[in-house]
Amino acid sequence: MASHPETPRKAGFSHRTLERNITLLGLLSLVTVAIGGIVEIAPLFWVDSTIEKVEGVRPYTPLELAGRNIYMREGCYVCHSQMVRPFKDEVERYGHYSLAAESMYDHPFQWGSKRTGPDLARVGGRYSDEWHREHLKDPRSVVPESIMPPYAFLAEKPLKAGDMAAHFKALRAVGVPYSDKDIASANADLTLQATQDADASDLQARFPKAQARDFDGNPQMVSEMDALIAYLQMLGTLVDFKAAEAQEQPK
Amino acid sequence: MPATLAKSGGLFLAMVVALVAMAQAQDSAFAIHMGIMALAALIAAVAVMATSSTTRRLGHDESHYDDAPVRWGVIATTFWGVVGLLAGLFIALQLAYPVLNLGLEYTTFGRLRPLHTSAVIFAFGGNALLCTSFFVVQRSCRARLAFPGLARFVFWGYQLFIVLAATGYVLGVTEGKEYAEPEWYVDLWLTVVWVAYLIVFGGTVLKRREPHIYVANWFYLAFIITVAMLHLVNNLSLPVSLVGAKSYSAFAGVQDALTQWWYGHNAVGFFLTAGFLAMMYYFVPKQAERPVYSYRLSIIHFWSLIFLYIWAGPHHLHYTALPDWAQSLGMVFSIMLWMPSWGGMINGLMTLNGAWDKIRTDPIIRMMVLALAFYGMSTFEGPMMSIKSVNSLSHYTDWTIGHVHSGALGWNGMITFACMYYLAPRLWNRQRLYSLRLINWHFWLATGGIVFYTASMWVAGITQGLMWREYGADGYLVNSFAETVAAIHPMFLLRAFGGLLYLSGALVFAWNIAMTIAGRIRAEAPMTETPYDARADRPLPAPALQPAE
Ligand code: HEM
Ligand code: HEM
Repeated sequence: MASHPETPRKAGFSHRTLERNITLLGLLSLVTVAIGGIVEIAPLFWVDSTIEKVEGVRPYTPLELAGRNIYMREGCYVCHSQMVRPFKDEVERYGHYSLAAESMYDHPFQWGSKRTGPDLARVGGRYSDEWHREHLKDPRSVVPESIMPPYAFLAEKPLKAGDMAAHFKALRAVGVPYSDKDIASANADLTLQATQDADASDLQARFPKAQARDFDGNPQMVSEMDALIAYLQMLGTLVDFKAAEAQEQPK
Repeated sequence: MPATLAKSGGLFLAMVVALVAMAQAQDSAFAIHMGIMALAALIAAVAVMATSSTTRRLGHDESHYDDAPVRWGVIATTFWGVVGLLAGLFIALQLAYPVLNLGLEYTTFGRLRPLHTSAVIFAFGGNALLCTSFFVVQRSCRARLAFPGLARFVFWGYQLFIVLAATGYVLGVTEGKEYAEPEWYVDLWLTVVWVAYLIVFGGTVLKRREPHIYVANWFYLAFIITVAMLHLVNNLSLPVSLVGAKSYSAFAGVQDALTQWWYGHNAVGFFLTAGFLAMMYYFVPKQAERPVYSYRLSIIHFWSLIFLYIWAGPHHLHYTALPDWAQSLGMVFSIMLWMPSWGGMINGLMTLNGAWDKIRTDPIIRMMVLALAFYGMSTFEGPMMSIKSVNSLSHYTDWTIGHVHSGALGWNGMITFACMYYLAPRLWNRQRLYSLRLINWHFWLATGGIVFYTASMWVAGITQGLMWREYGADGYLVNSFAETVAAIHPMFLLRAFGGLLYLSGALVFAWNIAMTIAGRIRAEAPMTETPYDARADRPLPAPALQPAE
């Protein structure tokens, strides 16, 4: 394995020093690989464009959060993006391009990297709850060309999201501004939002634009289908782009 | 033997802790995982007691290399390779025929895709890296593995990590970040295993009998250290409960996105590239019986590769909400990355200088050359896809999938198979492989598979990209999304066919390895092969003086 031609040792630094000392070699490698990440990632916690708030963006309600967790559990992100790029065709197909602030409470982000199915960043309000139900149970009944897996089991499984207060506390610890009130009523809010004709005024005061109804069409129980549809129906609906439209043009 | 007692006592304690966690579990997936942990601890405790006398004896035999974990690693690599490719073929068929989702929650594409990616990258690739690094570090340092007990822990601990990750995906336990899906407790477990790995590897280098650290070991070391850094930062998350599976990422939105792709791109750069280059730097010269082409080139390309790779993550986030300056930095560094990548390829290929005839006569060399060619191809394609205007077309499409698999099947797969062919007869002390001619079959099946896979995905990707942005004369978008899905159905079938070819090649490989282990030799017309001298394959006897450090 001779790869060390015996050149005479130069004075001062020589790569040979590193080749004889694993501690030095390891440390220098670590320093070398640390630089790029520090320079690129650290500023994102300070520069305005990535931390500025946008009117309307708010944390998820308990039911939406439970739905989001199902979205992740089922691996929806492996086929659907949630990031509209600023191109004419994308903006026309999916809606206004995505802003950094719109995912500021997303732990983790779900931008995706592959569009086996369409982008979902602004799917909220595009279809009826009934369409979503049919589509999730049997995608090809509403879109014949679709290759999406069926998720009929969601309608049969009662939602067991766990203690939503604990979920909110964990999220608050990593920076989501939930209030004490939000945490205290998290479990009650979960059921309330999935109940038809319930008085949701308090929930909507704390979570503007929260939609409360029986999403899965089955008033007997709160199912996983309720949570997932509640999440899908709020995606992209928080920011009022009509108000801000004139300021920005797609590239 | 108090040490043995203490060890198995500790393992029993670990089992009890796992059982308590299982009883307290907030969700069934966590309970199942704690059950698996408890079982693993029990098996380990029994194994420690049963084998304490044999390992002690082994531990004192300084005249042979410690190859047991390497042998297990070859078997594990072969096994997980077949599993991972089978999963790949299955999900490829699911995309062509959605009925194959089987109507069960456990078998949907969304849950099986991470199973495929983790099985091929972490189980197949990871075991290949573990076992070759244990083999190479001993030979190139002329010293037995440091801490043999710890080395065994690394091997089995890593298998446990794979089992926890894989069962987790099927049960729906995921952090929702690509290639970093395992939840917090599995991440913690991997951290423990990885630290042990660093100790074994570094310890062996420290007790080397050679003055210099061979270049392959620089790459292995950079791979181990960098993966540790990436894993720790990207997986920072807060569990909802200490006895539940769910956790929330410490970062959100755009910060989380860049952290993830800093991790994701360097999983490619250090797991699938630096580690595999280390394999290349040992096994290609060995099989070719030539020294590495250029020592200077290896220094330059090592440092520039590890420096530049880290910066390239933002090319996964072009035109997203990530600030423009970060995207541009990512693009510039990705393009520069082309050079050190080709430096590695050139250093590997030119090692054959003066032995080019071996491409015709030695099927293992031929496989290595194919691997290097695909390495060169995907590291040319990658920088090209990092150019923002190209990426605006390729991003989100099957072009990315084609790029991934030209690297994965062509480079990672082929170099791994070649190394396993090299290792099997030597590790089991066989005269030669069961069959060299079968390697030819494997070679052509795999090459055919790659051609079908990548060609169909280029066509599919460019079709998608163009159809999504197609405008009619009336000024409206021409295609609905569903139409673009239907349009690429034939390409999905061709891809699955390519996968079938590649998997068939891997089965031929598995058969060849299994027969070699069984000690069989196929009667066939001879082909040349690199000779092996078992007497020379030994650690150097301990000298009077320690090597300079
Ligand atoms: C029989 C061979 C294989 C087949 C048929 C196959 C098939 C697939 C399929 C269908 C996907 C999903 C693509 C999509 O979502 O549109 C995929 C993804 C992936 N596969 Fe494979 N695969 C094979 C081998 C491998 C190997 C050997 C590796 C790595 C060493 C690998 C690494 C990956 C990765 C990293 C992804 C995710 C790509 C991304 O997210 O962009 N595959 N594969
Ligand atoms: C110089 C080297 C390389 C560069 C600059 C590069 C660049 C890129 C680019 C631009 C993408 C597309 C990102 C997107 O649009 O979403 C990509 C995806 C990918 N590349 Fe490479 N590539 C390189 C080498 C490799 C190699 C050797 C492999 C080995 C297997 C590889 C594996 C992948 C994977 C797995 C993805 C998919 C990630 C995902 O979206 O899930 N790359 N690469």
